[in-house]
Amino acid sequence: MRTILIYLGHRLLTFSENIGQMLRLLVETIYWCKQTFRNLDKIFPLMRRIGADSLPIASFTAIFIGMVLALQTGYTLEKFGMEASLGSIVSVAMCRELGPVLTGLLLAGRIGAGITAEIGTMSVSEEVDALKSLGINPVRYLSMPRFLACVFMLPVLVIYADVVGIFGGGVVSSTYFDVSFSIYFDKMAESLDFMEIFKGLVKSSMFGAIISIVGCHHGLKTTGGPGEVGTATTNSVVFSFVTIYIFDYFFTRLWL
Amino acid sequence: MNGRQRTLCLSGSNDNKHRCLPGIFGFVYMNKSNNVEIEILNLNKSFRDNHILKNLNLKIPSGKTTVIMGGSGAGKTVLLKHIMGLLKPDSGKILIKGEDITAKTERELDKLRSSFAMVFQFAALLNSLTVGQNVGLGLKERGELTQKEINKIVDEKLRLVGLDGKQHVMPGELSGGMKKRVGVARALAMNPEVILYDEPTAGLDPFMAGNVDELILDLKNRLKMTSIVVTHDMNSAFYVGDRICMLHEGRVIEEGTPEEIQNSTNHITRQFITRHSVQNTARVSDSGSGGK
Repeated sequence: MRTILIYLGHRLLTFSENIGQMLRLLVETIYWCKQTFRNLDKIFPLMRRIGADSLPIASFTAIFIGMVLALQTGYTLEKFGMEASLGSIVSVAMCRELGPVLTGLLLAGRIGAGITAEIGTMSVSEEVDALKSLGINPVRYLSMPRFLACVFMLPVLVIYADVVGIFGGGVVSSTYFDVSFSIYFDKMAESLDFMEIFKGLVKSSMFGAIISIVGCHHGLKTTGGPGEVGTATTNSVVFSFVTIYIFDYFFTRLWL
Repeated sequence: MNGRQRTLCLSGSNDNKHRCLPGIFGFVYMNKSNNVEIEILNLNKSFRDNHILKNLNLKIPSGKTTVIMGGSGAGKTVLLKHIMGLLKPDSGKILIKGEDITAKTERELDKLRSSFAMVFQFAALLNSLTVGQNVGLGLKERGELTQKEINKIVDEKLRLVGLDGKQHVMPGELSGGMKKRVGVARALAMNPEVILYDEPTAGLDPFMAGNVDELILDLKNRLKMTSIVVTHDMNSAFYVGDRICMLHEGRVIEEGTPEEIQNSTNHITRQFITRHSVQNTARVSDSGSGGK
């Protein structure tokens, strides 16, 4: 029993320490955002990597989520003769929740893991120390560009995912439930307002911040060798997932 | 130039007092003054249960080359990283120009590090950048020079280490020795007042190791640069060092001039030197008999 308590206490302390260090990294990263214009040469390639290069997988995920959502809700609505409402349900679900959360989780796996692996490898091969020795602050050089790229590109990807997902839902609605595209999109226009989309975009921007800070934090504190880089990458992805879920709940609760 | 005066020193202008790498010296930036004295007081550092540095005391004079030698795990690299502010000690002080750097924040250290440079054991080049970008990275990020001026300095520093024309090569395409020389060029590009070398000749062929030794000596003679060299290479240590410190189990057990260390009566120092000479002699006789 004592061993279990010690183990749990140790895990709790490590978790709290991690949260504290990440908040500190976030504050420091925001501080360095004052040098955004001097670092555009680093930010733009990252924006391309995070945004444009993620389009294929984001499209694939969004279209299938939209189609499955239409299928699942369509069969239930059909029983009540309400399949015409598919446009409302799919579009609201995509813009409010599924678009931001699924794109966030997708990027936590794709980009967050990449950030940790890249910076972690730099840490273990003394490249981060070399940056410091040249008087270059690693938070400014590594964390700030990734933070800005994630914060700006995640909402862009979410808009794209929303559109693709809604279109996927429309295809299923018209194919399986005889709901024409015009009815589907009319219903969508009735239900969706600017605030619905805006909330989703704010949420996704926050997810971008979480992914970049968690990724950079785990990368910067990696020590040892290649094995530790792998462990740090796994921990980073798990931590991002958990943080996104928790943040999503509280954000939705506060701003429903 | 922040109190530092930079002047061009052409290869033909060096007198006999100043040694120079023949044929590869273009020009170097010269520091007008160098009075950086480093004092380490009661430094302690542990990694978990492993006590690496134990109440270490050391004074590094300005404008001289201090060699730190000792066995593997003696704490040489850890000590260098403390001087650079890359590691925080558990206790003790590191005084640079009379200021304790252990109490400084990371941002304050960034400013201090602008007068320091370090050559890492495994070069620590940024693999995503070309050789030229690596050498000019510090200058570019400092934002004081134009790209044209940076390119000029990069070309000169690479020529200095015998890597002219490798500006556009990626670090992955270089040998270990070449990477190390790029590391030296990167450090020199920052025009530091203090330069720290972590095993500068390890992994280099004897010819290039000799060149790096000449370079260290030349920088000290020309620029009165304070150098700290961590090395296992005794030939190199006796050649470049003005003072040599013997580190053993986290403490400085002996320090003195190369002559004093060569005549040391301390059994650990003697063992270290003798072992090295025995190995060298054995290698020479092996290769001699092999040739017959």
